This record gives sequence, structure tokens and C-alpha cells, in this order.
Amino acid sequence: MQRFSCPFCGPRDETEFFYGGEAGNERPEPAENISPVRWAQYLHMEKNEKGRAREIWVHLTCGEFFVMERDTVTHEIFKTEAFHGERT
Amino acid sequence: MTARRLDSTSEQSSAESLSFTFDGRTLKGRAGDTVASALLANGVRILGRSFKYHRPRGLWGAGAEEPNAIVDITYAGQRTPNSRATAIALQDGMEVRSVNTSPDAEKDRYGLLDRFSQFLPAGFYYKTFLWPDWHLFEPRIRAMAGLGHLDPATQPEADCPQRSAHCDLLVIGAGPAGLAAARAAAQEGRDVLLADEQDQPGGSLLHRGGVIEGQPAGQWISESLELLDGHGATRLASTTAYGIYDHNLVCLWERRRGQPDRLWRVRPQQIVIATGAIERPLVFNNNDRPGVMSADSALLYLRRHDILVGQKIVIATNNDTAYPVASALAEAGAEVVLADLRPEAQAALPDNVEVRMETSVQAVEGKASVEGVLLNGQRHEADCLLVAGGFTPSVHLHCQAKGRLHYREDILAFVPDEPVAGTSVTGAANGAFDLASVLEQGHAVGSTKGNAPQASECLSSYGIQPAWPNPKAQGRQWIDFQNDVTVKDVALAARENYRSVEHLKRYTTLGMATDQGKTSNMNGLAAMAAISGRTIPEVGTTTYRPPYVPVPLPVIAGRRRGELFSPMRRLVLENEHRAADAAFREYGPWLRPAFYGKGKPEDEIQREARQARQTVGLFDGSPLGKVEVMGPDAAALMDFNSYNTLSTLKPGRVRYGFMLNEDGVVYDDGVVLRLAEDHFIVSCSSGHVPGVVMRLEEWRQDRFDPARVVIHNSTPQWATLTTTGPRARDLIAALGLDLDLSDEARPHMSFANARYQGTPIRVARVSFTGDRSYEISIPASRAKELWAHMRKEGDKLEATLLGTEGLMILRAEKGFIVAGKDTDGYTLPMDLGMSGPRKKRTGEYVGKRSLFTEEAERSDRPALVGLTVDDDTPLATGAHAVEDGPKGLRSLGFVTSSYWSPTLERPIALALVDSGRQRIGETIEIYHLGTRQRAKVTSPCAFDPEGERLYA
Repeated sequence: MQRFSCPFCGPRDETEFFYGGEAGNERPEPAENISPVRWAQYLHMEKNEKGRAREIWVHLTCGEFFVMERDTVTHEIFKTEAFHGERT
Repeated sequence: MTARRLDSTSEQSSAESLSFTFDGRTLKGRAGDTVASALLANGVRILGRSFKYHRPRGLWGAGAEEPNAIVDITYAGQRTPNSRATAIALQDGMEVRSVNTSPDAEKDRYGLLDRFSQFLPAGFYYKTFLWPDWHLFEPRIRAMAGLGHLDPATQPEADCPQRSAHCDLLVIGAGPAGLAAARAAAQEGRDVLLADEQDQPGGSLLHRGGVIEGQPAGQWISESLELLDGHGATRLASTTAYGIYDHNLVCLWERRRGQPDRLWRVRPQQIVIATGAIERPLVFNNNDRPGVMSADSALLYLRRHDILVGQKIVIATNNDTAYPVASALAEAGAEVVLADLRPEAQAALPDNVEVRMETSVQAVEGKASVEGVLLNGQRHEADCLLVAGGFTPSVHLHCQAKGRLHYREDILAFVPDEPVAGTSVTGAANGAFDLASVLEQGHAVGSTKGNAPQASECLSSYGIQPAWPNPKAQGRQWIDFQNDVTVKDVALAARENYRSVEHLKRYTTLGMATDQGKTSNMNGLAAMAAISGRTIPEVGTTTYRPPYVPVPLPVIAGRRRGELFSPMRRLVLENEHRAADAAFREYGPWLRPAFYGKGKPEDEIQREARQARQTVGLFDGSPLGKVEVMGPDAAALMDFNSYNTLSTLKPGRVRYGFMLNEDGVVYDDGVVLRLAEDHFIVSCSSGHVPGVVMRLEEWRQDRFDPARVVIHNSTPQWATLTTTGPRARDLIAALGLDLDLSDEARPHMSFANARYQGTPIRVARVSFTGDRSYEISIPASRAKELWAHMRKEGDKLEATLLGTEGLMILRAEKGFIVAGKDTDGYTLPMDLGMSGPRKKRTGEYVGKRSLFTEEAERSDRPALVGLTVDDDTPLATGAHAVEDGPKGLRSLGFVTSSYWSPTLERPIALALVDSGRQRIGETIEIYHLGTRQRAKVTSPCAFDPEGERLYA
């Protein structure tokens, strides 16, 4: 059982969290100007990094989304940070 | 082997107070016995038959590593299969049954399988039973193989508690290293948790003894425990640390006398792995015979259980640890020959023991027991052969924590490399086999201060020489006792190129039994190394995974069963519904009335649906979503989140629409109420409330200014009570709400705030039935009074209570969908006939781009349609619409909902059918379980297509 640190609540068991996708996957807009390929990339093409990865997670019990940097191989957590409006 | 209890004089035999059975025979044991020691004391030699060849097997060891003494235990009405006899404390009244034997261990009818062993090599079953079909042979083969038997009548209670704990230092193993570490840390004021697998702490000190700080080992143990208790340490006996998981979570399995087992989840600051080492066998012809035992275990049975394992004992060794064993057994009255394959030993030569240097064992004679031992080619009569093949450090937990190993030639063992962060490995688990270094290492991981306890009068030499399996030797040499793997099987694997250690394991099943190769892996690696011309470190080890020992599933499941597995959500009016004979069913997490009444379910459901159309139905819709979206940016968020524009909705009004996923697929449908310019309520489907809250939060936090819009889920705070039908308005009017209910003031798709006896309520005129309907939302704490009032007024109007099943018929008559039932993971809003927003909306909204892909613009997309049939048989839900194609039947879609309509007096159905709208008026074929039925495609709405009843 991994332990993640919610930027608002502190360390909690991983079962309280839900994965929200890779960070930095900006939503391409406006729809009228977006090619099907670009849209498909946004929807489906995950980088799936081996090693250090930057991800969006949500702490289900407090409802806050945040950014977590962790190692997908060793499961080491480097940092977690709140995001405030900026699209990470 | 003629094992016996040493002090079984008439006075002592009264100590044998526990009565138990083994394969039906009644035997006696004493308090403090394990099942294994009790069987040994009774002279029982054959404890079971081996997995594959049904060879007789006896006790090998005394701990968690035991490969042979696997038994089914029935106690207090519960049968636990495949228990290790060495790890189970004997209880009065236990029934012990040997495994893989019929009728019993002594007389096993499959024993003759062993004669065909040369025809049953590794991979035999894989290679042989291919034709015509493995499944033809499987039942017989499975019946002959395998170990214990489950008792279908045994239903373990879900009563194992689980505890979470934190501590500064978790010490695993209360042997000399663990005790030294725990003492040192506790004296520094650190919070210590000490867990040990045995029922009493001390580990190897309990039988190997020694003098520590001038005191006999036993006294030092007691003093250490007192010291730990004085510092408030937590001590757990009979507790196995069976796994280290991510971020150093350690799971402990605690066995308690007279109470259910307990699971501990421990998050320590630091983990001390002081798990000791396990003695491994020597490999020679017939080295699996009952009576061949671990020398260290024989000493344990002598010192802790007063059992002498034999009278004429041969001890075979390649190291010094056998010398104290020989000495102790001779002192206890046995005739002992010590066969040491080395030219010389450093250990003191024991008295009364015949020591033969440069002597090794080639074979054991005897079938059901040891009758003789071949020493350097000469037969020597013996009733017991003890082997001391050296110790293998228990590095399992270190490796589970992703620690690495390296091979030490001086002790012929893999030991931990650098410890993993937050852990330390100490003592024998770290390759230290003499008491002085063990204490020193243990102390050092517990504290940097003070001096380690000093040891004296103990064995300080090891001097191990290789005695690995010899692939060229004659006869059958067993490596894995529990899975019946011999040196020949390893050679076969090498010949067939299964040389990688992971392939070797899976091809021969070496190390795959319930003991996970604790005694066999090293010999297996060494055999493979010798056969393939590599060194042992080149062969390497297999991956260590939790659990270290088999852990009963009830311990892991804990109390999470039934309602505690997935907590039920209950209606505030549940008792009222029960009093009205509601039949409850689970709808997602909610327990809701499916229908009311004691008649046949179909009849009651039909009655409710019919009567609700004729008079008025009362429905408890409380789980319906009430998600509030508030703030200056609320309208913008609502627009972005929804397929339909909501910023144009006027306060006091209600609008129906969809929410899409980013892939354009319909996620949910429902209505939205606008309370004020900056305040909306999303009335999503009951099952989608958590998901809708989460997606609103995600966009709020990722796209909007979170200070300008907030989400609040008020679903559980409000009960929602619905009336539907021609007399719905009469019923609401009778409640005295001081509310204008005229169609002008209160049209369809509007709502108003009002008061019911002083309590604020919300009355919304929306309809999921096509009939005039009013939903009253009231704070849950006041729902009871309102419901009772509605029931009373309803009685005067011939109202019916309406369960969820009846409501499903009413909505299907109107062609109203249930998202997820009448839609699937491909359904776009246009497929459901809602194309307006796609054409008209200019701004961004979730899923927009996906509605303009090639796929979305296909002209033959599926559409929601209705189906009618000529006869009175409703279509099966899930049945496929089909057409004949060049390759046989082709599916055009499927039936999503199907009911008998009591109002229309005919079957109705909804379906998703390719090019559905173009097919309206056509007849298509519906295929279900081999039968075909014809159905006419219609519009989804089968009842009141003009919508006149909304104002009737």
C-alpha cells in the first residue's frame, strides 16, 4: 500500500486517491480548429513514462485535484503540489 | 525412527493432557506442543504422502519452512487445510488428517505411483495429456495430486479483526539479533514493536543456548522482555510478518489462542529484519525418507519438547553447527555417529560421539523409515538420519522490499546487499551465524549508543564446505520435498533449455509449493549451476514475493463481508416502506423498494404501473442527484460541463439534457434547475452522483477559478418524494402548501420554493413517466411527516405506491432512457435523437470535438428506436437485431429495455439499432438463444406521443 501526501490533508493511504491522468495534457481548443489526430492524441495517447512522471491525482475524501511527481518504477514520491487554475 | 518423550515416567505422563486424533487414531500431547512435536512424541513417522509420487514423508523441521508435515486440521467445527504441523499449537480435541493420502498416511493406495516415477518426469502432464483434450484427464489427475481438502461445510466467520499501527521501530524476529535491536532502541526511548513467529520469544537461543552478559540465554531473554515491557514496547508472539509492501507497509498475521486471528498493518519508521536462517538438507539417494530430519530441528525438539528423535542416530554435516547437536543427543542417551565430509572441524569434538571425518552419506535404506545409512559406501545401521547442510539466511522480506542480494563464498549463501531505505537486516538473516556477531549486529541497528551484549560459551565457528547436489550420483535425490522435484528433473529442465532460474522453477515446479522452496531453492540453484557449468550467483535466485507463509484468506478479508464489504445506502423512509410491504432490491449502492405488496412480483409491478396511469403513484426518488453549483462562474461551468446550453435557462425553470464524456459518449442524462443567476442544481441519475460531483470538481479546479464557483453535493440532505398521474395535482393541492398549482403559474419544467408546515421545500414539475408529475424535495429529517401526509391524501385518491420496477415500465412506455441501460459505451447524443446543441452551440463543452469525427458523422449510426411485436411475448432484453449477411447472421444492434405494458396491453421494447431512424416502419428480425422473432421498428415513444397527458 503506497502512501501519498495530499497537499491539503497530508499523508494518506493510496486507496483514498484516484488517478486523474498525465499532467500537461492540455485540452486542444477550439474544437473547430483541432485536427482529428490532435484530438485523438489528447484523448488516448498517454506518454506512460517509465521512471519519473508528472501526474494529476485527486484525493477522493477532500475532493482536491493536485499534481504528483513520482517514479513509476520504484514508487518513490518526489513531491505533491496543489494547482490553482494554471493548467499543469 | 523411534522418537520418544524423554521424561515419560508415570508422574510426567499426566502432563500429556491434550487429546487429539491423527488419521482417526487418538493420541495424547501436552501444553506447549505443536502438532508436529506431539506427533513426533507419539512415534508417528509417516505424516503424509508426497504431492506427485505419493512417497511416504515424515517430519523435516520445526518451523515455517516445513515442507513435509502438511496436514488438514479440524478444530471447533472449522477445517483449515494445508496447515504446517510445525506452526500449529496443539489444542485439546483437534482432528488432524494427513493430506494426499487415501485412506491414510500409513496405507496409501496411490503409493504404487512411485514405481512409475521414471515415466513421470518434469513436464510429464504437459507433454502427455494433450490429445484429445486435457480437460478429459484433468479431474482424475487432480484427484490423485494436490494436498489438503476443503470442507464445503466450513464457512469461516468474518471475524478476524484488522489493526493499523505506527511505531518507530518494527523488529521482525525475537531471536538474539531481534532482542538486541529491540533492547537498544527501547532504551533510547524509541517506540518498539517486536513480532515473533514462535509462541515464545528467543529464537535460536531457546535450543542453541549460550551465555549472554554472564547469564544463561533463558535468563537473558526474560530480562530483555522485562526491559522491553518496562519501556512500553509492544510484543506480539505467534505473529508472522508475511509481507513488506509499497512504502514499507508491513503486514503481520497474529495467531491468538481462543480468539480469531488478527491482521496488523504496520507503518514503522524503521524495519529491522531479524528473521534468522533456515537449515537446508543434504542431497543423496532417498534423502526424503521419513526419519531424515534437520539436525537443528532435532536439537529444538530435544531442548523445547523433551523429545529424542531416535536411538541410533547418524548426523551428516558439512559444517560445525552439527557438533553441539551431536553432543546434546548423545548426552540425552542416543547412540550418535557424526559423519563430517570435511577433513577437519574447528568445533570441539563431543564426548560419547563417534566422529568420522571425510565421511559423507550416499543413500538411505528403508522405505517407511530409516533402517540404515550408506556412509562412504558402508552400511551403518541407524533409525534416524539428521542432516546439517548449512544455513540459508531468510532474506525474503528484504527482497520483497526490492533489496538485492550477493553471494558469499565463505558461508555459501546469498546475503543482503545494501539495505533498502527504512529497513535493516541483521543477525543470521544477514549472514552472521555466531552469537557474538549476531548480538553486535542487532545492537547496532537498534542504537548507535552503548555496548552490544557480550556472548560466551557458544559455538563461534561455522567452517562450511560445499556439499551441493551431485548430478552424476546414482539414485533419486530429492531437492523439493513438497513438490517432488529431484536432481534428475533439474537436469531434464537444463537439457530442454529451461536454464533461466525462473523457467527452471516453473517447468519443474521447484519452489512452487506452499513452502515456496524455503528448504529447496538453494540446492536447486546449485544443481542447475553444476549441470549448466555456471556458478551459483550466475544462476541467481527467483523473485521473492509475499506472503512469506500461506496466510488464511479470512485474515486478509477481515470483517469485510456482507454489508461491511460494500456499505448499503439506505433511504430515510426505509421503515415506512417496510411497513408498506416493500420488496427491497439493490440499485447501485442504494437499497430501494422494487415494488410493494405480497403478491407475485410481476403482478404487483404491473398493478402499480397500471394504477399510476389511472390515478396517482407515490414514488420515493430520494437518491436522485441534488448537486449544487454556485458562484459567479456557475453558469459558465454548467455550460462547459453539459451538452445543452444552461446559461440561457431562466431562474425557476428546469431543463433536460445530457452530460458527455470527452469522447462524446453520453455519460448521464437528467434535469437541471436554476435557483438563481448564480445557483444551479444538477438532478443527475441516482447512480451517477459521485461521478458527476467528481467531473464537476475536475473542471472547476482545472479550468475555472475555484474561488468563483463551488460544488456542493446535497443529495443525502434532501428526500425527494414524487407524485405522478392524472390526480397528482389533486394530491399536492391537498397538502396545503400555499402554492399556486395552475398550469399558467406552474407549467411543466418549472419549480418553486415553498413551505410544508414551516419547513422549506422545493416543488419541481418534471416528469419521468409522461404523466403530470410533481417532485417535492424536503430536508430528510422532515420526510416522514410529509410522506405520511401524502399517503393519507393519496388514499382518498386511490393512489398506489410505486416501486422502481413499475417506474421503469412507465418511462419505457414514453421512450425515456436510463443512461447506461439504453445507452452503451458508443452512444452519442445524436443517436438518442438530440442533435440540436451539436448543430447550434458555438462555445466549448465537454466532448464537443468528438461529435465531429468521421465516426460521429457516419450515416448508419445506431439510433434508439422502439420495437413492437405481433404476439404477446415481450422480447428478451439483450436480444440482437440481426440480418443475413454473406458470413451468416450480422448484428444490427440489441434490445436495451423490454416490458409488458399494462396500459397498452402489449409488449414494449427499446433498442439501439444501426440506421434505426431510417428503419422506422420496417420489420426486422430479433435473434435470441437460437430463436428468431419478428419486430416492427417504431419511434421510441409508445404512449401518448403528443405529450397531452402532461397537462391532463
